[in-house]
Amino acid sequence: MKFRYGARDIITLLVSKSAVERKMEIKTTHFKHCDVVKVTGRVDSATSPHLSEEFAKINDEGRFKIVVDCTGVEFISSAGLRVLISTLKNCRRYNRGDLVLAGMPENIHSVFDLAGFTSIFKIYNDVVSAVGSF
Amino acid sequence: MSTRIFPGRYESLAEIAEFVRLEAKEAELSFKEIFELETAVDEAVSNIIEHAYGGEGIGDITCTATRVEDGIQIILEDHGQPFDPSCVPVPDINAHLKNRKNHGLGYFLMCELMDDVKFEFSNNFNKLTLFKQHM
Repeated sequence: MKFRYGARDIITLLVSKSAVERKMEIKTTHFKHCDVVKVTGRVDSATSPHLSEEFAKINDEGRFKIVVDCTGVEFISSAGLRVLISTLKNCRRYNRGDLVLAGMPENIHSVFDLAGFTSIFKIYNDVVSAVGSF
Repeated sequence: MSTRIFPGRYESLAEIAEFVRLEAKEAELSFKEIFELETAVDEAVSNIIEHAYGGEGIGDITCTATRVEDGIQIILEDHGQPFDPSCVPVPDINAHLKNRKNHGLGYFLMCELMDDVKFEFSNNFNKLTLFKQHM
């Protein structure tokens, strides 16, 4: 696992295990009203703890308005769904914020639909619309 | 028929997915069917590591892919504790957020996405057979 720090408010977490494995990459951008977390690659039992850590870090800074950019998500398992639902509950507590999803690929959307998550999460077609919702 | 043995670690999930994808392509499953199979296998393997072995690095998982006339069969074998599917509560996917459980979705997804799921147990040996039919 490598941690690469670019601009002060942008943190890129790169999880790369081997050539055959597809990595998960997390890139967080802090805006005035919300944080955009761009997730790329596989969100499974191996990588979801890193996503959980990233959300916890944002929440620990007192920030509870999160947009998850799903455009680059190739795969998500129930482990990834658990992280999202747990963070969603935390963000909505005391009406202090929300976690919304943007740019979800069709196959990922079908997993959310099957799990009954499409009625719980606010899902936007693109990041701009999602950011604008806050 | 192709068989590979993977270490019972979450790091193996991506490699197992790659193996299953390649076999499913050979079996002429559609992109959607391959994705569903990959999801089900991921959930099954995660369950084996978490529940049968009780953690990572305890034992191996043998994965056998067999192309059949109307689809593909994936067999996962481990030497962990037997898994009783009847003990898994069915998640309420229509529940309000506050009543949503954070666990229990994996087995549900696996069964929903596969055309057949069969568990077999013998002495310290578990066998899970997943079947996905192609359209």
